[in-house]
Amino acid sequence: MVFLILYSTLAMIDVHSFKRTMPVTDKEVALSERIEAFLAELKRGGSGAGTLRGSGETARETTALLRRITGQAQWSSAGDLMEIIRKEGRRMMATQPSETTVGNMVRRVLKIIREEYARLRGSSEVTDQQESLHQLLTSGGLSEENFGQHFKDLRANVIEAINELLTELEATTDHIAMQALEHIHSNEVIMTIGRSRTVEAFLKDAALKRKFHVIVAECAPFCQGHEMATSLSEAGIETTVIADAAIFAVMSRVNKVIIGTQTVLANGGLRAVNGTHTLALAARHHSTPLIVCAPMFKLSPQFHNEEDTFHKFVSPHEVLPFTEGEILSKVNVYCPVFDYVPPELITLFISNIGGNAPSYTYRLMSELYHPEDHEL
Amino acid sequence: MADADETSKQAERNTNVGDGIAVKKQDIARAKNEGKELTKDEKQRLRKEKKQQKKNKKDDKGESEHENVPLPPSQAVVQCQSQKAPSVAPSLALTPVSVCTSEKPAKSKAEQRAERRARQEADRAAKGKKGESAQQPPSGKSKAPPNELQPVVKRLPEHVQVDDPAAVRKLAKKLERQQIPVRSEYGYKVSLFSHLHQYSRKAPLTQQISIPSTVIHPYIVRLGLQYSQGIVAGSNARSIALLHAFQKVIQDYKTPPNEELSRDLVNKLKPYISYLNQCRPLSASMGNAIKYVKKEISNIPCLCKEEEAKKQLLSCIDNYIKEKITLAATTISAYAIEKISNGDVILVYGCSSLVNHILCDAFDKKRKFSVIVVDSRPRLEGREALRRLVKKGICCTYVLISAVSYILPEVSKVFLGAHALLANGYVMSRVGTSQIALVAKAYNVPVLVCCETYKFCERVQTDSFVSNELGNQYT
Repeated sequence: MVFLILYSTLAMIDVHSFKRTMPVTDKEVALSERIEAFLAELKRGGSGAGTLRGSGETARETTALLRRITGQAQWSSAGDLMEIIRKEGRRMMATQPSETTVGNMVRRVLKIIREEYARLRGSSEVTDQQESLHQLLTSGGLSEENFGQHFKDLRANVIEAINELLTELEATTDHIAMQALEHIHSNEVIMTIGRSRTVEAFLKDAALKRKFHVIVAECAPFCQGHEMATSLSEAGIETTVIADAAIFAVMSRVNKVIIGTQTVLANGGLRAVNGTHTLALAARHHSTPLIVCAPMFKLSPQFHNEEDTFHKFVSPHEVLPFTEGEILSKVNVYCPVFDYVPPELITLFISNIGGNAPSYTYRLMSELYHPEDHEL
Repeated sequence: MADADETSKQAERNTNVGDGIAVKKQDIARAKNEGKELTKDEKQRLRKEKKQQKKNKKDDKGESEHENVPLPPSQAVVQCQSQKAPSVAPSLALTPVSVCTSEKPAKSKAEQRAERRARQEADRAAKGKKGESAQQPPSGKSKAPPNELQPVVKRLPEHVQVDDPAAVRKLAKKLERQQIPVRSEYGYKVSLFSHLHQYSRKAPLTQQISIPSTVIHPYIVRLGLQYSQGIVAGSNARSIALLHAFQKVIQDYKTPPNEELSRDLVNKLKPYISYLNQCRPLSASMGNAIKYVKKEISNIPCLCKEEEAKKQLLSCIDNYIKEKITLAATTISAYAIEKISNGDVILVYGCSSLVNHILCDAFDKKRKFSVIVVDSRPRLEGREALRRLVKKGICCTYVLISAVSYILPEVSKVFLGAHALLANGYVMSRVGTSQIALVAKAYNVPVLVCCETYKFCERVQTDSFVSNELGNQYT
């Protein structure tokens, strides 16, 4: 038993260091290779330009990888598994801090493990979450669970639960798009910014039954709004592209603003593509509702005042190209990727489990993640 | 004889048109006979009738001015008109008029004046029938209301009436009369802006002008091209270029015989202004400059010799530029520098000559500040401002407008330039300025707008849709 545990920790150390003395088993090698490949892709895909992977794909791949780790890694108790997953999760988050879906999926899987463990142990634990302050006081501080017990069925149960999570992830866009007709009526003018696959599916679904007009802000400097507009017009929606500078000018004619986001923060605010804060302010000025289409896997327990991890910058070549020559060396140029949108500017969140107000976010978070997992 | 016949036919036509609204006239007549004052409705109807007749006269004149068709006897035409008129239903009182203008050949000016006089006499006679007691007010009204109402009607600018085919036709006729090529519209239009011109960018306006151009002065042709290609851009630059071009025009101008300089020169300038308007719509500052020049020209005394008059005009224009633009910039700069303190971070948007001037002056006066230049696609005018400021040695940062909410927490003041200042206090400026102001308000950053007084304008506007200029959608 002890030998086994030593053996498995050795294997884990192998995976973590590049100086590998001898691959222990083929499975371990394959697993570690998969993890390295995933990390490399994460690092490459986050440069801002080029083919941006949708967060949905990232979430699915992360979950699939976690399922593989659960299945193939050597662990004997829930605590071990959680340790393994936390370590991998930290590595993945460090590779690309702005890609929050990775961390979110890790936390979801951790919560699944806790639940399955609790179920196997005895159902009293299931409801004994962090609900009441009274319980926290009387139970004497944080729960002293160490998850050390070994259960045979834990592996299979966890894998099954992760499969359910994967199915849920695959269906998120459809669930959101199904709600489109409740929110869009005919002859509306809808405004959006940049490119969001969720919003695209949302609008295309509504366009099957209703006629409306869409205005897309192009969102410089990468101008993803152009792709969004071509895609929407191929679906038969009347689309207009405007420059970012014209957002406020055009807002007086807009009935609704529907946007996607990169992350939903713990206070209900957004971390969205740059230009969204301006859009939100213009919508508030004209009293236009701002609807955010965000699937649940984008909900993250972070807050926005974590200065060094909130903003991400990419090469300012797109803003001031090298052809400008002499003045380049004397000028500071910034090209931030994200914007913070405070929750008071948002009217509604539409997610795969329905519509919510921004003030309800704390509740959704407590259902998805365990508070001890907020800091991985 | 022919004239008498004509006038009688015209009188008949008028009364036939009048028959169409004969019922209302009877009411009015009744009211007048009873000695009561006309009610508002009736007064309005009278005024409308007057306007209608004036419009008829104007249409007649417009058609005849560029006719090359030889004169067939006008009598026959008039006869057929009068035959048609009675059969027309009252609600279509307009159609005899339109039939008239499409079929009618050219009439000489003398004939037209005679017609007009006859019509006026006929009107007065008709009025006289209705009652002498009330004659004073109507005849007074018949003169006053058209003048009163005309400013209100004329003030609706044509560039916001593109969806009205009548207005478009009127503009086309006017341009044809002045021999200026009409700009072609783009085929597929954005429905949000169907009330504004959406010009096709394929061929520049000047392709249809022959070389050498006899109607338009070559300096003006060049200026128009510079406007339409964006070579001369910015409110101040355009106004100064316009005034310089007018100076050249005045220098080359020679009064034709039997004409007065003060009247003829103004008429000469009108086609130039239409042409420039076609190349690129006039700005408020340009409009004010043109008004000033026209006023100066018409104030020239008739006994003045041509050389003196020209010299006077040239010096007037020079004074205008010096006072309203150059000195104004210096004064504004002196006030604005007081608002800049050491350690300030100033945000500017796009390229405003006045704001650049202020910043350069402040730098010369040894204030320590840094500037953030915000720019927007597709014109990217901020790069020009960036070059000028960096050349001066000011420490600059450059971002696009979508990053403005990231950079604004570091900003202490925002300086904006203006294209025009409207009568309700709103500022009209490059697109995106309102956004900057909105985000600055959200972060509690003071916004200062710098604008010379010659850009003040009597229009009012509340949003950016009702009146605007659409740019090139292919950049």
